[in-house]
Amino acid sequence: MKKLSFIVLLAAAMPVFADRMPLPADTPASFRNECGSCHLAYPPALLAAADWQRTMAGLKDHFGSDASAGTQAEREIADFLARHAGSANKLGSAGSPPRISQTERFTRKHREVPARYWRDPRVKSAANCEACHRDAANGRFSEHDIAIAELRR
Amino acid sequence: MRPIPIILLLLLSSASQAETPQQIGQAYAAEAKVTASAQRGEAFFRQRFGQNDKMPGCTSCHTDNPLKAGEHAVTGKSIRPLAVSANADRFSDAAKVEKWFGRNCKEVVGRACSPGEKADFVAYMSEVR
Repeated sequence: MKKLSFIVLLAAAMPVFADRMPLPADTPASFRNECGSCHLAYPPALLAAADWQRTMAGLKDHFGSDASAGTQAEREIADFLARHAGSANKLGSAGSPPRISQTERFTRKHREVPARYWRDPRVKSAANCEACHRDAANGRFSEHDIAIAELRR
Repeated sequence: MRPIPIILLLLLSSASQAETPQQIGQAYAAEAKVTASAQRGEAFFRQRFGQNDKMPGCTSCHTDNPLKAGEHAVTGKSIRPLAVSANADRFSDAAKVEKWFGRNCKEVVGRACSPGEKADFVAYMSEVR
């Protein structure tokens, strides 16, 4: 009986897990401030540990910007990302330099989004999660709560 | 009796850490040995430097109106207003101000900004209403 209720609970929780990625309780302020001022403070589970490592090693030229944050903050952020990184198997390759939007998981999840939406001025860039996932800052990425009405499911 | 002086000290030290835009602007002006000019600051804010295709000037992300929220030219992330009258958090932390001048001057102006340019910029953002 106990086992059964556990399975039922697990089954009920699964779809929620996929869309719910709030920042972990131990998220350092440096992560929110340094990473979250130019783009969403992305959930660390969206990239594998090795890809976060590569990203942190290249902050001097971070997609065209110097995102250096100083030795102490960078170490704190790198440790945090290593603790909460996603599974490389599930995410797939993120390309070089690593991009969350190039992981196989991201591509699969967004395969029904027509190309013109990515270029829409309301969206601008695949880095702009909040353009569509309006509550992304709280870790909500449900396909039922999309800001652009034409894309809602 | 002992805890009281400690609490007082703590209060004092946290109070002295919060900086005002005036203090931050004055420190830059003193370093540059000039009097800051809000007018020059505004001209700088509106200048097109043309070093970066996506961000030719400050206004590419911060809009023409510093009282309004802006939007990162590449990522679309919203940016709170630069003007102190619209966003009281602006220019209240010298280290943060210096960090963002460092990043944005390099990226948009194509070089480090001078202390005089920083003093003017802070003066404009403190005064604009």
